[in-house]
Amino acid sequence: MSNEKRLFLIVAAVLVVGAFLITTQMENRFYYKAAYVVLQYVVLATAWNILGGYTGYVNFGTAAFFAMGAYTAVALIKTWKPPLYVLLISGGIVSGLLGLGIGYLTLRLRGVFFSIATLALAVVLQMVVSNWDYVGGGAGTAILKPRSVPLFSNYDEFLFFVMAALAVVAVAVAWLIEKSWVGRGMAAIRDNEEAAECMGVPILKIKLFATTVSGALMGIAGAPFSYFVVYIEPTSAFHLDYAVNSLAMPMIGGTTSWLGPLVGAVLVGTAQQIATVTLSAEMNLLIVGSLLVGFVVFAPDGLVGLFGKIRARLVGKEA
Amino acid sequence: MSENLLDVHGVTKRFGGFSALTKVDLHVKENERFGLIGPNGSGKTTMINCISGALNNDEGNIVFAGRDITTMPAYKRTRLGIARSFQIPKPFVSMTVLENLCIPLEYAAHQHSHGAELQGEAMEILEIMSMADKADVRTGGLTQIELRKLELARAMAAKPRLLISDEAMAGLSNTEVDDILEILVRLNEEGLTVIMIEHIMRAVMNFSERIVVLDAGEKIAEGTPDEIVNNKDVERAYLGA
Repeated sequence: MSNEKRLFLIVAAVLVVGAFLITTQMENRFYYKAAYVVLQYVVLATAWNILGGYTGYVNFGTAAFFAMGAYTAVALIKTWKPPLYVLLISGGIVSGLLGLGIGYLTLRLRGVFFSIATLALAVVLQMVVSNWDYVGGGAGTAILKPRSVPLFSNYDEFLFFVMAALAVVAVAVAWLIEKSWVGRGMAAIRDNEEAAECMGVPILKIKLFATTVSGALMGIAGAPFSYFVVYIEPTSAFHLDYAVNSLAMPMIGGTTSWLGPLVGAVLVGTAQQIATVTLSAEMNLLIVGSLLVGFVVFAPDGLVGLFGKIRARLVGKEA
Repeated sequence: MSENLLDVHGVTKRFGGFSALTKVDLHVKENERFGLIGPNGSGKTTMINCISGALNNDEGNIVFAGRDITTMPAYKRTRLGIARSFQIPKPFVSMTVLENLCIPLEYAAHQHSHGAELQGEAMEILEIMSMADKADVRTGGLTQIELRKLELARAMAAKPRLLISDEAMAGLSNTEVDDILEILVRLNEEGLTVIMIEHIMRAVMNFSERIVVLDAGEKIAEGTPDEIVNNKDVERAYLGA
């Protein structure tokens, strides 16, 4: 194992342990709720970026993958209330398969046409779920969260810890992909698919891998959602916020590295949480919208790219 | 038949009602310098797309090194040993010149080894193409001429048995054309088979041992450069009746 990998693993382990230690110290439940949302966006933005940033296929249907994870969990909870890890795995599998299906669309649909198809997928699935009475239909359904959980003083703290661990896992997956031959193939596909294939890159396999992993991570992020909100209905699970945010956060942070979505999700997600409390809940998207426009125009490489440029200029001056 | 590296049998390619290639045969021998010429729109690039796998032909079959590759995906053909350059450069824009070469080196030539030796090999190719000083430049900072040289360098990095050069020299100065010809001749001497598509007659006539002329999707002539120059059909295709 390289030193870089070892360091990354140590940092990841420290973060997970740190998240657990916080739950033994801090009481205020609001912070756990707010942190859960931000961490959920770390997972979603990172997952989006594997397909959108690395491979160059813009997915407008994040909400579909997220909600499929959430509703897979709801269906399971209604039948036999399995432990949370089963929900996470099942949500990941269902949304991963959905991702695989979307992957085959890339055979015919590229660019904006692919994006439109993913948006349509979200609309269609929302319709299906709205008419599926077993999981509550359009009116939604209440989900009782388990009363207690070992090691944690309440379930919200446990959910916060789970999402923190998932965020670490998602970023680690993105990091591993980026540093591997698969990641370099993805970059080649993003830059020029035809040239990539003629240079020996198995483009279909890599695209299917990207859509599957990206979808699975989104589904895993959605699986604990019903426990988190307690009352789940299609409009909130399929909300456009998920699609817009998980696209905007990597764009603001920077799409070409694992760091971009992380930075974007933490900054924008936190800003949204603060705005919700201090201004109004509706200010969320206004913040994201203006930031997105600003970054696309003035810093298309995101914060990570902007920082790199400034550093390069400073180093250049010294030399 | 067996000494041929590439056999194209009766290949037809249609786009809707338009037939871009009609029952074309090509036979390229191992280690041959082969020229493919024809007026604009005669189907040269379509032919190359069918051989490299970017397009699938509607009729006929293509045999490379004894294997039928007619339905094989492009990336596998590259790994078997067919590499091409693109007429309109298609660089990997987010990467440096060196990284551009590492993609075919990693995916086609060595299949998933990575590290210092890969970069070393990429540098060797850049030195052959006299582009070593551009190794760390992103492709956005290259001139049109450098982009064409990068196309050829990237195809070479796939370590092919058959190199297809699709108008690699258009827009280059006389000395630059000579430089690239020299490189191709040297690679050919080391065993590489080359198919050259070119509008620069001086280059393709000097380079090729054998030439096929396409016109409106059909093969109208085949022979040595001297035979082609004196062929009435070829004259008519280029200059009109």
